[in-house]
Amino acid sequence: MIGHGPEAIVADRVGVRLGGRAVLHDVSLRVRRGGWTTLIGPNGAGKTSLLRAIAGTVAHTGSVTVEGRELQALRPRARALGLATVPQTPLLPADMTVREYVLLGRTPHLGLLGRPGASDRGAVGEAIARLDLDRLADRRLDALSGWERQRAVLARALAQGAPVLLLDEPTTALDVGRQQEVLELVGELRTERGLTVLGAMHDLTLAGQYADRLALLDGGRLVGEGWPAEVLTETLIARHYRARVHVTEVDGVPVVLPARTEAAA
Amino acid sequence: MTTLPTGEQRRRRPPAGEHPRSWLLRRPAPAGELSWRWAAAGVATLVAALLGGLALGPAGIPPGAIAGDLVARLPWTDFGSPLSALDDAVLWELRAPRVVLGALVGATLALAGGAYQAVFRNPLADPYLLGAAAGAGLGATIAIVYAGSVPLPPAAFAGATAAVGGAYLLGRSVGGGRSTATLILAGVAMAAFLTALQTLLLQQDTENVRAVYAWLLGRLSTSGWADVLLVLPYAAVSVVAVLAHRRVLDALRVGDDEALGLGVPVARVRILVIGAATLGTAAAVAVSGLIGFVGIVVPHAVRLLAGSSYRVVLPLSALFVAAFLVLADVIARTALSPAELPIGVVTACIGAPFFVLVLRTTGAAST
Repeated sequence: MIGHGPEAIVADRVGVRLGGRAVLHDVSLRVRRGGWTTLIGPNGAGKTSLLRAIAGTVAHTGSVTVEGRELQALRPRARALGLATVPQTPLLPADMTVREYVLLGRTPHLGLLGRPGASDRGAVGEAIARLDLDRLADRRLDALSGWERQRAVLARALAQGAPVLLLDEPTTALDVGRQQEVLELVGELRTERGLTVLGAMHDLTLAGQYADRLALLDGGRLVGEGWPAEVLTETLIARHYRARVHVTEVDGVPVVLPARTEAAA
Repeated sequence: MTTLPTGEQRRRRPPAGEHPRSWLLRRPAPAGELSWRWAAAGVATLVAALLGGLALGPAGIPPGAIAGDLVARLPWTDFGSPLSALDDAVLWELRAPRVVLGALVGATLALAGGAYQAVFRNPLADPYLLGAAAGAGLGATIAIVYAGSVPLPPAAFAGATAAVGGAYLLGRSVGGGRSTATLILAGVAMAAFLTALQTLLLQQDTENVRAVYAWLLGRLSTSGWADVLLVLPYAAVSVVAVLAHRRVLDALRVGDDEALGLGVPVARVRILVIGAATLGTAAAVAVSGLIGFVGIVVPHAVRLLAGSSYRVVLPLSALFVAAFLVLADVIARTALSPAELPIGVVTACIGAPFFVLVLRTTGAAST
């Protein structure tokens, strides 16, 4: 998959309409191979729509190229081999076991009528071990805590073996320690396997600490893109989030602190 | 302060993470695969039911003679059948086609039910969800009312396939094919419309109400091997197509978007599986009438006992429903002999209490 430029994801003028309303206007974004870009922006900015357009689960205009291949020309199976998604609110069948669920990640490798072979079982076992789910492998999904579920979903994406990982709000519903843990884990997996990561997050400080690039969306448009320190400025956050924040720097990384307005204080 | 256990605590169910245990399954099979124990149990049940279906009946042929006849029919044996010519005809021209038909219809309805539950992600879906029953009912009513001009099985088959096809096109035209809810609503509308037409026809022609009613309750009394040959090609195509998709149907359990993200061409799989299930249902209904209940309850019982993966649910449901229908038919033709009970009544009378028993022993609510 080498030989088509340093970019793993190239979104070119991507537009999405939902229910007759344009929710994404001609957004262009590039993510370098092995990079980690996080989409930030207020609710309704179009973060999830952009991720869904790139994943190919929503109709869109413009073009998306993943690892040099135009996505709209690909069958779902070929697309799934290049790109794994961790959805914001995954549908977890209550009575499915963790191992069965992780095995679903191998679906694109099996095709419509195939059976899982030794390599599939190997990939499933490896993903389960990597996310420390061995003890829970035969547990039902409805018997897991939020943190265990998030790891099961990550294990499924990992078993898929795709070079690009899309993460929609991977820290939702996790406590601060588990938020750090999941992001550390994604960072480690990215280094170990040379993954390219594109995510969406609400916590600006965490987003800036883990991603190497941030892309700020507002009203369906890309309004800022760059290193965390370039995007996480008081001016940009005030303008696009309509929030009053102080941005300081700890160990060279911006920390965003919400400030109470004077009128309210 | 000491606390006494409350009633709630004493009646505590096993933790949700535990697999439902049963006398058959000591340990859950790995990752949703069909365990050999369950597969063997399914095959053994079906074989026992087939033999029972052959051996039992109002004609009172001794089982020993039937066994002798079966052996005599094997190649490399050279002793004559102990059966009289009449008994031989009863066994091979009346009972055998009924038994085979029961197994075929049962397997087809079970797979169609499981397939519908999978593509609609709805535990209450049954093979009649998109109007197959109403369409077949209208077709059969037309055939009965205008007796002679149209034979019943083709009329019922055409009615069922036309109803589901119509519901699918209707659902697509309003919902764009993305949402299963619009498809189900289109099926409900189609069924209501066709049932109304059928009622209208019947009201014009009340002398046929009894015949139509008997058909609606289902029966396996056949015109011999002809009915079996009529169903066989459709049942075979339907069974093979649905079973071949069992792994993909598991992937659909995580939702359309995620299944698409896993590389499943969701829309194509849905129309293919619905088409195959409908073909089988229409053929089954055409020869046996509306045998309700088995397509929905048996897959659930299997799910609770043996595991929820469609790789387990589909093949096991096919085996158990086939056996169940054969045995239900034995009861239907012997209980009030020489009169016959409608098989739909028998399946519901045995099946409902059995399902309650399964729910109680597994202590799990269906999901």
